[in-house]
Amino acid sequence: MGAGHAHRLYRHGHSPVHALPPHTKLAAVFAFVVVVVSTPRAAMWAFALYAVLLATVAAAARVPAGFLLKRLLIEIPFVAFAVLMPFVAQGERVDVLGLSLSVNGLWGAWNVLAKGTLGVAASVLLASTTELRELLLGLQRLKLPPLLVQIASFMIRYGDVITDEMRRMRIARESRGFEAKGVRHWGVLAKSAGALFIRSYERGERVHLAMVSRGYAGSMPVIDEVTASRAQWSYALALPVTALAVCLLGWTL
Amino acid sequence: MHVPDGFIDAPVSAAAGVVAAGAVAVSLRGARRELDERTAPLAGLVAAFIFAVQMLNFPVAAGTSGHLLGGALAAILVGPYTGVLCVSVVLLMQGILFADGGLTALGVNITNMAVVTTVVAYAVFRGLVKVLPKKRRSVTVSAFVAALLSVPAAAAAFTLFYAIGGTTDVPLGQVLTAMVGVHVLIGIGEAAITALTVGAVIAVRPDLVYGARGLTAPLKLRVNGELVDAPATEQVPARAAARSPRKLLLAGLGASLLLAGVVSFYASASPDGLEKVAADKGIDAKAEDHAAADSPLADYGVEGITNGRLSGGLAGVIGVGVTVVAGTGVFWAVRRRRTDDNDSSPVSTSV
Amino acid sequence: MTTPAAPASLEVSGLAFAYPDGHQALFGVDFSIARGERVALLGPNGAGKTTLVLHLNGILTGGAGTVKVAGLPVGRKHMAEIRRRVGIVFQDPDDQLFMPTVREDVAFGPAAAGLKGAGLEARVDRALEQVGMAGFKDRPPHHLSFGQRRRVAVATVLAMEPEILVLDEPSSNLDPASRRELADILRSLDVTVLMVTHDLPYALELCPRALILSEGVIAADGRTGDLLADEDLMRAHRLELPFGFDPRSVKTSTKISTPE
Repeated sequence: MGAGHAHRLYRHGHSPVHALPPHTKLAAVFAFVVVVVSTPRAAMWAFALYAVLLATVAAAARVPAGFLLKRLLIEIPFVAFAVLMPFVAQGERVDVLGLSLSVNGLWGAWNVLAKGTLGVAASVLLASTTELRELLLGLQRLKLPPLLVQIASFMIRYGDVITDEMRRMRIARESRGFEAKGVRHWGVLAKSAGALFIRSYERGERVHLAMVSRGYAGSMPVIDEVTASRAQWSYALALPVTALAVCLLGWTL
Repeated sequence: MHVPDGFIDAPVSAAAGVVAAGAVAVSLRGARRELDERTAPLAGLVAAFIFAVQMLNFPVAAGTSGHLLGGALAAILVGPYTGVLCVSVVLLMQGILFADGGLTALGVNITNMAVVTTVVAYAVFRGLVKVLPKKRRSVTVSAFVAALLSVPAAAAAFTLFYAIGGTTDVPLGQVLTAMVGVHVLIGIGEAAITALTVGAVIAVRPDLVYGARGLTAPLKLRVNGELVDAPATEQVPARAAARSPRKLLLAGLGASLLLAGVVSFYASASPDGLEKVAADKGIDAKAEDHAAADSPLADYGVEGITNGRLSGGLAGVIGVGVTVVAGTGVFWAVRRRRTDDNDSSPVSTSV
Repeated sequence: MTTPAAPASLEVSGLAFAYPDGHQALFGVDFSIARGERVALLGPNGAGKTTLVLHLNGILTGGAGTVKVAGLPVGRKHMAEIRRRVGIVFQDPDDQLFMPTVREDVAFGPAAAGLKGAGLEARVDRALEQVGMAGFKDRPPHHLSFGQRRRVAVATVLAMEPEILVLDEPSSNLDPASRRELADILRSLDVTVLMVTHDLPYALELCPRALILSEGVIAADGRTGDLLADEDLMRAHRLELPFGFDPRSVKTSTKISTPE
């Protein structure tokens, strides 16, 4: 089954960023995003500096720009919304190239775009330099309640199971000459969804039984202790601390 | 419906974070009763399923993006508390892994998509299951209706957040219409998938459907030709379940009222969205020198109250009130009905 | 056959169980296995074999009857201890192996029991040694061959130093060479073994004693060679020997009574 030790967002590498303990990275990303969101939207230069900071991290992690940009596509729905804002928002209006745009809407669009993009980029960097299992360990280290970590780890494990079962069922369907071509076949697909759930569950149940049989009682045993040295913490927290300095400047200037 | 970073202003995001953390904490306590060793993997599977289902994203004109939510499915299969946890975990992992939904907006996202959907769906579901005849079909039908209603409820909750903490003042009427309108459509898809899945599971493994626990008859065992009763292990959790939604609902109601009232009043001191909205409402209330007095915004705000902040806060409270009352109404009605004819149902005699 | 004085590794009495959908799988099962014995549990599909196995470490409970492992009753009270003592190797190694590397998978059980550091490492090494997979420590399990995966699955259970090893269809899907290698490994182990199987020659080769589970009760209990040679009994319980196989011509089962 392969049990989710790698995910398609992860980019294998041996950079200093990859080597950082997962919980320091999680803390750093979270703090960074909080700082970005609390920055006043008028301080445009601050957002440029944040982008430079992230670019530095990406360079240190040896994540190519193309990879990062491709992953940023996830925010397209927000972009669509942001583009609409200047047209539908209320308030004072300004003429740009013959179009009447709302000043407030323009600011709003900028705000959502800048902060949203920086947030997405930070998460993408985290996901591409941290293995899934490490992320879970990191969350566990950051004292996320064990029940949540347990659900998350089952979720990731079953993600594989579901994909696997889905593939088998598709092969079985196609071997019998079925091909989903349009709306007429949605019924078949919908019924497959129910069957998929039962099949995945029963397979997942067997995995769980195997775990329980080996003494699993709700939390993953710690096989390799993850600890972070002070140097690693300071290295990871350099990002949000720098960002905080920028943010404070943004509020005072 | 995943809210990105920067979409809702910082104070409201933080307040939503507190609400979400509270809801998760309550759910963690409650889930201990729902989750035994054998349902734990089911919770994980439900989360994985929801994760997959939420990947079907499509843009919504005036909102962020629309997709199936899965809260109803989670609540029905694993119970309301565990359901909240499942969807919260999905949102957390989506935020970290796929950058889907901002990390700072996690509180908003959890409150909308994990808490509101689950609570509304479970209340409606339990209500209908009690009212309808005790058959498997009833469970499927109830699941359909519960899922159908849970999605627009989440959309309404989103609009509420937008109203008190949105960073841009797109007319609220438009946001509400677009969000709820589109999500009624999504709700139909959600309802179909939820009903099909629950129906399929209940046909094969009725023991896996938390919401249908009262429907199974006690087992008989034949040992060496003699018939004996199987020890009743399921009765205790079923009884606890009958009590659980009320606490969850009360907690949810309290939290949302707190959020809508106190927090929005406080948050209006922030430089962004709310001040604008509240100010607009204030101007509306005064009915003076505002060009957009006849815009959809005009019938927002509470008339006769001149203080902009107060008006905004009150509007928020009323909004939450309407949403929650709609959701809980069924539950209360059912509860009364159950006290009226006490022994009609063998399992859930305790209230 | 051995007749040891030590408490029985496994005692099952009056075990009955029905699934929540109403289907009853066990109708009062009684048997006991002495320490150091290797016993085969035979039976047709749907006889309740897997259901029985899941009762041995308390995964299924709530029916009637009792199960005792080395004198300890299976129940909520001693669950952790029971699960350490009963090592179940499931039929599909893909269900059993869920960690990213062989080492972590084998370490899972002992680590869950609280073992750490060098002690844990030594336990892992020993278990892998026993199944001849010591060189595969850092490989991901899903990149191994099926036979290797099954051996690692056995190692994951051996690492817990169980009182009794329960194998569900250990020879299924194995090619003849892997099948023989696994037999050699099982023979070399110094634990009580309960082997659930359809593979009658394999049962004869490894287990001096056999139980036949049919329609939820123990239908026969005796020397494997005798049971397999009883044509009426075999037919009555839908058990069939492979084409051309004659249990009377095989001598292995009586020879190998105690390991080593």
